Amino acid sequence: MSKHAATLLLAVALPALLVALPAAAQDDPHVFRGARLLPIAGPPIDDGVLVVQGGRITEVGGPDTRSPQGAVEHDVTGKVLMPGLVDAHSHVGSVSGGDRSGPLHPEVRNLDSIDVRSDSVWRARAGGITTVNIMSGSGHLMSGQTAYVKLRDGARTIEDWLYCDDARTGICGGMKMANGTNSIGSPPFPGTRAKSAALVRNLYHEAVEYREKMAEAEESEDGDDEGGAPAKRDLRMEALVEVLDGRRIVQHHTHRHNDIATVLRLKEEFGFRVVVQHGTESWKVAEELAAAGVPVSLTWIDAPGGKEETIDWNMEIGAILERAGVDVSFNTDDSVTDSRLLMRGAAIAVRYGMSRDKAIEGLTLAPARALGLEDRIGSLEAGKDADFVILSGDPLSAYTKVEQTWVEGTMIYDRANPDHRKYAVGGYKVYNMTAHEDHMIQQLLEGETR
Amino acid sequence: MKRLGTTSCFVALAALAATTAAAQVAVRAGTLHTVSGPPIENAVVIAGADGRIEWVGPAADANIPNGVDVLEAAVVTPGLVDARSVVGLSGALNSNVGPVRDQDQLERSSPLQPDLRAIDAYDANETLVEWVRSYGVTTLHTGHGPGALVSGQTMIAKTRGRNVEQAVVVPARMLASTLGNAVSSNFQSPGTSAKGIAMLRSALHGAQAYLEQVQKAEEAGGDENVGSDDGEEDGDAKPAPQPPPRDLSKEALGQVLDGELSLLITVNTVPEIAAALRLQQEFGFDLVLDSAAESYLLLDEIREAGVPVLLHPTMSRVRNGSYETAGQLADAGIPFAIQTGFEGYVPKTRVLLWEAAIAAANGLGMERALEAITLSPARILGIDDRVGSIEVGKDADLALFDGDPFEYTSHICGVIIESEVLSAECR
Repeated sequence: MSKHAATLLLAVALPALLVALPAAAQDDPHVFRGARLLPIAGPPIDDGVLVVQGGRITEVGGPDTRSPQGAVEHDVTGKVLMPGLVDAHSHVGSVSGGDRSGPLHPEVRNLDSIDVRSDSVWRARAGGITTVNIMSGSGHLMSGQTAYVKLRDGARTIEDWLYCDDARTGICGGMKMANGTNSIGSPPFPGTRAKSAALVRNLYHEAVEYREKMAEAEESEDGDDEGGAPAKRDLRMEALVEVLDGRRIVQHHTHRHNDIATVLRLKEEFGFRVVVQHGTESWKVAEELAAAGVPVSLTWIDAPGGKEETIDWNMEIGAILERAGVDVSFNTDDSVTDSRLLMRGAAIAVRYGMSRDKAIEGLTLAPARALGLEDRIGSLEAGKDADFVILSGDPLSAYTKVEQTWVEGTMIYDRANPDHRKYAVGGYKVYNMTAHEDHMIQQLLEGETR
Repeated sequence: MKRLGTTSCFVALAALAATTAAAQVAVRAGTLHTVSGPPIENAVVIAGADGRIEWVGPAADANIPNGVDVLEAAVVTPGLVDARSVVGLSGALNSNVGPVRDQDQLERSSPLQPDLRAIDAYDANETLVEWVRSYGVTTLHTGHGPGALVSGQTMIAKTRGRNVEQAVVVPARMLASTLGNAVSSNFQSPGTSAKGIAMLRSALHGAQAYLEQVQKAEEAGGDENVGSDDGEEDGDAKPAPQPPPRDLSKEALGQVLDGELSLLITVNTVPEIAAALRLQQEFGFDLVLDSAAESYLLLDEIREAGVPVLLHPTMSRVRNGSYETAGQLADAGIPFAIQTGFEGYVPKTRVLLWEAAIAAANGLGMERALEAITLSPARILGIDDRVGSIEVGKDADLALFDGDPFEYTSHICGVIIESEVLSAECR
C-alpha cells in the first residue's frame, strides 16, 4: 500500500509529463491481472498485475497486488504483457522531407507532412508499436527534422501525436542524416563520400558561428550600448544549434563501417548526440561505437545484399554489439520491413546469440533511449505512460499474436475487433498502398537511389 | 531441452565437418517429419552411399551399420523445396552495372523471349545459393523472373555443385510469364494489361501454326515415297510442304502447347488471375499460377480449373496480399506451395522457412506449412518421385533442426543433399 502511495507521488512529482496528455486519457483505474509481465526495468513477473490510471502506470506487481476502488478489471491470464514497442526508424504516415533542390534540409520538418489517418499507421498499431520515430528518407545528407510520435487514438492532426508541447516551437524529433550511396548523386548532391562529409562539416561550422553570433547578440542586448543589429533568425541554423546543444538527436542512416566511422568523427568534432540507424556493418566497429557511447538501431534484413552496402550483413550483429556494450535497438524502416513484424528481428537476433533480455529491451527501452524518451516510455514502471501490448505468448515466438495495443490507458488496437484485425493480416483493399508502393513513392519524391 | 538439443547437434556434426562426399550416414531424430506420413517420434533415417534414402523408421527397429556416421537432431524434415525463385540468376549485390553486374533474371530487349534458358545464366557459386541452402533449401525452382510476357525458361537445381551441370535436376521446367501492369513498366509495348494478354495469345497462336507446319512437313516427308508410286500426274505434283525455319521461341511455346513445359503465369489481381485461367481454357496448356495475391477472391474458380498456385512469399510487399492466403488455399483444397519469389530490393532473397512461418502462424498451421515447402512444391514441379518427403528410394535430402523449424529462435543444425553433409553448424 505504501508502495502504491509512493508511485502515485512519483507520478505527481513529474509535472512536465502531465501537460501533454490528451483529454481522452482514461479516468477509472484499469487493472490487468494474470499475465506474465515483462517490465524491462526488472525481471519478468509471472501472474503479474498492472494498474493504470490517468494515462499512466500506477503499479506493477505480483498476484497479491490489490485493485484500487472502482477499477475496471481485465483478466489477461495466460497472456504476456510488455511495454508498447518503440520503432526508432519508420516511414509510416506518408511522411516527406527535403526535395531535390539540395542535399541539406535542416529546416524541413517531417511533422508538417505526416498524415495521421494514413492506413500505414495501422501496420504499426497491429504490430504492437506505440511510439514511432517517423523520418524522411536517406536520399539526402540531411533530409529533415524527424517526428517522435505516439499513436494515440482518434488523432485529428499531428499535434495529437507529438511528444513536444508545441509543434511550432518545440523540439519534436531528431535530425535525419545519411551518408553512403543513397545521398550521393549529381550536383548539387555530393558525388563522393568525402564530399558528403565536407558538405556536412561546412554546414555545422556555419551553425557553430551562428550560435556564437546569437550569443553575442543576446549579450549586447542584455548589456547596453554596442547596439549592433540583432542577428537575423535563420531556421536552418536554429535547428542545427539544437543539434549542437545535444537537445536534438541526430538519427543517422549509415551502413558501411567506414561511413559509421565518419559519423563518429563528426560527432567527435561537433559534440552532437547521434544514433546509428541501420548500421549494417556496425559489427565491424562495435568497440568504437561502444567507446563513443553511440547506440545502434538495427533494421533486420533476412539476407545479405539487395544493395552493395548491405552485402556484409551479419546475422550475429545483435550479439556482437551486445558483447561490446553497445545499446542495441531494432527498427522496421517500414516499408523496407513491415511494422507488424518488428519483434521478429529481435527474435532472430536471439537465435544468433543475443540475450533474450537485451533483445526485448531492444524493442522497448533501448529505442526509447535512442529517442531520448526513456523517462516516459519503454518499461513498465509506476509513473511512466501506460503504453503496453498484450500478446498471446512469448514475444520471440513466430506464433505469437499482438492481441491488444494500449496507449496512455486507451486501447488503440484490438485483434478481436474485425475492423482492427484486418490490419494485422492484410487482404483486399485493406491497405491503399502496399508498403512497397509507399517506398517507391518516397524514393521518387526524394530522389533516393539504391 | 532446447539447449541440450543444440549441443548434441553441434557435437554430432563436429565429427563430420570433414565429410565432403556422399557416404552412408544415419540421422537420429527426436521427431521425424516424413511429410508423406504422420510424424515419427524417435526415428532414424539411413541415407545410402548412392545418395538415396535406404531406411526410415522408429529408432527401436533401426539397424545402423557399424562405422556409419550418426547425426542427431531434435527435429528432422525433408530438404526444403523452394517453389519459385530467381536465385542464381539474380545475385545478392543487385547491381546492373559494372564488373559486378549480377542481375540476369529479366531481359528487357523484348517482352516475349521464350528461348532464354535459365541454365545459360545460373551461377552455382552465387552467394545467395549458399545462403538459401544454409536455411534448409535443397531444391530450387529458379530461372527467369516476372516482368515480361515471357521472360524465359525456368530450371530445377539442387543447391550444390560448382557449376550448373552439377546442380541441375530439370534443365527446363516452365516458361515464366507475367500478365498485368507489371509488364508495362518494363516495356513500351504492351502498354496495357489487355494488350499484353493479346500479345501472349497471338504468340501462342503463332506457335500453334508453327507446330502444324512442322507436323505437315513431317507427314509429307513420310508420304513422299508413297506418292511417287502413283505416277498419275507426273511432273504436276505440288511441292511437298517444307518444314519452317527453326524458331527456338516458337519451339519453346510449342512445348507449352504440347505439355512438355508448364506455363508459369505471374498474376496478382482478380482480372489477371481470370485472364490466366481463360488462356489456359483456350489453349489447354499446363498452367501454374505464380504469386496470386488475390487468389483468396477466386478460390472456387482456381479449384475448378485444377490449377496449382505458387503463392508469393508471405512477407512480400505485394498489393492486397494477406498473411492468411496460404491457409485459405489449403482449406479450399487447392494444391499450392509457398515460394520466396523475386525481390527488387532489400532483401534480395527471402528465407523460405520464415515466409512459411508467418503462414503457419496465420491459419496454415505447422504441418501444412511444412508440406507447402516440401512435398507440395515437389508435386507441382513433378519431382515428387525424387524429393519432398522422407521415403525409401527418394533422394537423401534432409534438414536438421533443434526445435520447431518455424520458430525464430530454433536453429538449423545440418543440411544434407543426397547423403552429402553440406552444413555442419547450428545457425
